Amino acid sequence: MGKFRKEGKKEVPQVSTSSLPDIVYMLIFFFMITTTMRDVELKVKNAMPKATEIQKLEHKALVCSIYIGPPKDNKLGTESRIQLDDAFARPADIADWIQKERDSRSEADRPLLTTALKVHKDTRMGVVTDVKQELRKVGAFRITYTTLKGSALEN
Amino acid sequence: MDVDYGITRRLPPPVEQNDEDVKVKERNVMNVMVNKSDRLLVNGRPSDISQLKDLAKDFMTPRPGDETAPEVETKTFDLVGDVLMSKGVISLQNDRGTSYSMYISVQNELARAFNEMKEDLAWKKFHKHLDQLNEDQTKAINDAVPVRVSEAEPVEYKSN
Repeated sequence: MGKFRKEGKKEVPQVSTSSLPDIVYMLIFFFMITTTMRDVELKVKNAMPKATEIQKLEHKALVCSIYIGPPKDNKLGTESRIQLDDAFARPADIADWIQKERDSRSEADRPLLTTALKVHKDTRMGVVTDVKQELRKVGAFRITYTTLKGSALEN
Repeated sequence: MDVDYGITRRLPPPVEQNDEDVKVKERNVMNVMVNKSDRLLVNGRPSDISQLKDLAKDFMTPRPGDETAPEVETKTFDLVGDVLMSKGVISLQNDRGTSYSMYISVQNELARAFNEMKEDLAWKKFHKHLDQLNEDQTKAINDAVPVRVSEAEPVEYKSN
């Protein structure tokens, strides 16, 4: 029976699977460490002013953020820009964006939607006022000026 | 997860184009203006941000019989009973060139004035600090001390 096998040449041995758990664990830990929660990539500088009379923003799912500040990319100048999601926007884009945010929430949550204005402290009020006027037009009346904790007199 | 904090405000609904201006008596209004170089003007007089809280609190404190102070009225609320309320309104106006940090400072100081008045009332009525009140008591205090800050409609300055 052994005739079919050539003498002297052995079969390739089974690959040892004893290190398989190690490899799997290594992968698990690698992804656990490198994964971050999805967050917007900031294209504007966002050093917010300080304030004392602040409230905690509950229900993060009901908050949508508008970022305003000078662009991080110096080539784009120092004038403050508006950032919605991951792109620069004009005040005229806000109405559509609010509508999109509302559509992505359930019917019951829509009236509770709060717009968080995350504005760089050196921004001029002109652009902030424009944004607020747009929000009023579309009926997004609940707003919050996101700030850091600290004395407002040091701003 | 990071937690966000902020000053919460409610925007007024847009005004109709031909809406008549609501007439408010002059004695009921405290004008707070911030110009483009972040200078503060309270009722036409230059002022400093460090004084704003006391000025606002002083203005909103009811003083019956004083002709120069805002009008007062007595309203009845659940839990807190009769409260003497000022009809005063703080009108906030800023320039397009005002910096955002100055705007936040002003908003913060005004909020501080109202929060201190709430704290005073909470102590007077319930002998408790504001953050120790239960939900109904907090609501009663918030109703009795409304944050009467009105932001002026932005003015378009047209250069000829």
